[in-house]
Amino acid sequence: MTVDMSQFYQVFFDEAAELLAEKERLLLDVDVASPDPEDLDAIFRTAHSIKGGAATFGFNDITEVTHVLESLLDRIRKGEIPLTAEHVDAFLAAKDVLEMLINGHKNGAAVDREAVEQISKRLQALSALGAVHAAASPVESKAASAVQEAHTGNAASVPANVQHYRIELPETPQRDVDALASELGLLGHITQSLLEDQRTVFVLITEESVDDIVAICSFVLDADALKITNITPVIAAPSVSANEDPGYGFFEPLLTEIQKKEVADAAAEAAVQAAAHVESTERKQARRDSDKAAAGNAESSSIRVSIEKVDQLINLVGELVITQAMIEQRIGNLDPMLHEGLLNSVGQLTRNTHDLQEAVMSIRMMPMDYVFSRFPRMVRDMAGKLGKKIDFVTQGAATELDKGLIERIVDPLTHLVRNSVDHGIELPEVRRAAGKSEAGRLTLAASHQGGHIVIEVSDDGAGLNRDRILAKAVQQGLTVSDNMPDEDVWQLIFAPGFSTAEVVTDISGRGVGMDVVKRNITAMGGTVEIRSARGFGSTMRISLPLTLAILDGMSIKVGEEVYIVPLAYVIESLQPEKTELKEVAGQGRLIKVRDEYLPLIYLYEQFAINPRYADPSDGIVIIMGVDGKKAAIFVDSLVGQQQVVVKNLESNFRKVPGISGATILGDGGVSLIVDVSALMRSLG
Amino acid sequence: MAKTILAVDDSGSLRQMVSFSLKAAGYDVTEAVDGQDGLNKAKQHTYDLVLTDQNMPRMDGLTLIKMLRGMANYQHVPILMLTTESSDEMKSQGRAAGANGWLVKPFDPQRLTEVVKKVIG
Repeated sequence: MTVDMSQFYQVFFDEAAELLAEKERLLLDVDVASPDPEDLDAIFRTAHSIKGGAATFGFNDITEVTHVLESLLDRIRKGEIPLTAEHVDAFLAAKDVLEMLINGHKNGAAVDREAVEQISKRLQALSALGAVHAAASPVESKAASAVQEAHTGNAASVPANVQHYRIELPETPQRDVDALASELGLLGHITQSLLEDQRTVFVLITEESVDDIVAICSFVLDADALKITNITPVIAAPSVSANEDPGYGFFEPLLTEIQKKEVADAAAEAAVQAAAHVESTERKQARRDSDKAAAGNAESSSIRVSIEKVDQLINLVGELVITQAMIEQRIGNLDPMLHEGLLNSVGQLTRNTHDLQEAVMSIRMMPMDYVFSRFPRMVRDMAGKLGKKIDFVTQGAATELDKGLIERIVDPLTHLVRNSVDHGIELPEVRRAAGKSEAGRLTLAASHQGGHIVIEVSDDGAGLNRDRILAKAVQQGLTVSDNMPDEDVWQLIFAPGFSTAEVVTDISGRGVGMDVVKRNITAMGGTVEIRSARGFGSTMRISLPLTLAILDGMSIKVGEEVYIVPLAYVIESLQPEKTELKEVAGQGRLIKVRDEYLPLIYLYEQFAINPRYADPSDGIVIIMGVDGKKAAIFVDSLVGQQQVVVKNLESNFRKVPGISGATILGDGGVSLIVDVSALMRSLG
Repeated sequence: MAKTILAVDDSGSLRQMVSFSLKAAGYDVTEAVDGQDGLNKAKQHTYDLVLTDQNMPRMDGLTLIKMLRGMANYQHVPILMLTTESSDEMKSQGRAAGANGWLVKPFDPQRLTEVVKKVIG
């Protein structure tokens, strides 16, 4: 029987990706000073599981890296080597390399072999360094043999000519140690540590010979005083050849009845001990985060479904909602006395349809954690690069948002978080001087508020600099005044090409971005607000609709046509007096609403249709607000408010200027949804 | 009637591979995602063979084996460990817990089927 292994690849890739994400999460959470043994076990297990899968499916490069990783993790978890921040960095780097390798196999993406080689060396060096630490302690012989043992166990994939040397220096001035470290570093991968008597020990992983090492060292010190030992792991064959070892075995060849009895007795005895052991394990287990247990259960009780299937389902339910609305409308004028049964049934249908729609929409909902989970690592790496200390906190990661929106919010959020780290939070010394804690606090919070989800990026950094923004705005030729309220000043940073950063770093502040952030969020039907106080920090507040598939709309009539205006934009509607309408040369028509002049758009002109009323004082004017700008739209009449299922016009017809989509009304007619932001933009 | 096998492994891909190969060989395979899940499933049905990974969250393979051997109906059911470690220490631990044998990972479907055939025919 031959089994095509490639059919399991996709499952392996998905699983490995999940394990890597889990590993990263655990690594970012781990307390380096006193790691929780359970966390270390869990981190070890991620590497172990990936290795198992990779080996089974023949992804040797992944197996090799995970093998080195697993060995080191195993020793850390057994307490042979203490966990250091350096380990965490290396493990995170290894995660990136593994991700790259997996993508290489999965999509044929390019793989940086050098990075793979480097991470293997780095992990091996850490392993060897751990050995040096152990060797330097009083229990030298024991530790050394443990090292040898650990190494023997490694069926490592190191090229045979790569050697590990432990180089013990005599007492040497620090300047010379540094010079040696950089010279030797050219030969391969080098790590250093101090012995108890303050002498330096290098571990060098290199393909060069001892002679080369001695030659380099003799520039600086007396070669005779050097102690160089080869501590290269004993390399076993990668896997024992199949002919020699079948790879399996049985403790009892074939169990006879008597043997079975014996086994049973022994097992019964073992079970008694086991019961005690398990009891304590279970108690410990119970204390664990309930999430983790739930995650295990979720794995066995969830299925993967393609997003197309879900969307098809949502679309069908959308159609059902419309059909249901039609039925409701048709029976509206029936005599309740004569058709009581029918009316009751339709009432029930309405409720069921509504519930069904909600349930189906929830399938597309994903927790914000999907986005939030990528930030701890990013913030950590950036903070490290910039020399800042940052406590990163997320709140409301379980808040759910439509999948379509969640994917589109990633980029804007990334930008805002980068900005906070780069420009918001100050360097530790600056913070100390300002009387703040050295570590800045960056909070990412999500919550539901009404029909919206609100996502806030807050930092306790320097805050926005009003004067600098105003100065820059003047420089950019924007119209500003010194007595503008703060909110208006903050909005200036969303202008295209606006950046006040003094130095353009490689992280953010190239002057592209904030305008794009704003545009992306507006395109999702959302808004961004800024709150900031000099010296106390800033908060960027993004508000988004929960889903793009259903919209609260106001239906309006122009001529014979019914249009939908998103309710979120509607501020009020009114019937204007003739005296309130003005025509200003060069600025078009204006309407005066409570001492404020607003531009007035004639919808029938925009869409070139014959209106019932040509004069606004006969019809209705709707005041709209988008991004703090207001405008009035003149229509014939208001029809009513309703929830509509948004249908994409582009995929069903083509893009039409001024129209953002379409919907089917209760009576079966098609109604277009007015693109209010585009209309406002057309005013300039 | 087809022989029933309980396959316990926290790795979904491994589980699928084991399950697919053994089903292809005519066995009736039930999957469990970790020791605890395996134990729960073993309580509902007495399988003809249990295959278990060692390193799993919630409950590891050795503990599962000990628990199973503590159950009256699992006294004589063959249990094999699927493990990446084939050290003597691992083997003696497995033996003490009550395993009947071991199979070293990685293995291919052919070898797995061959071993299972040897045990339960």
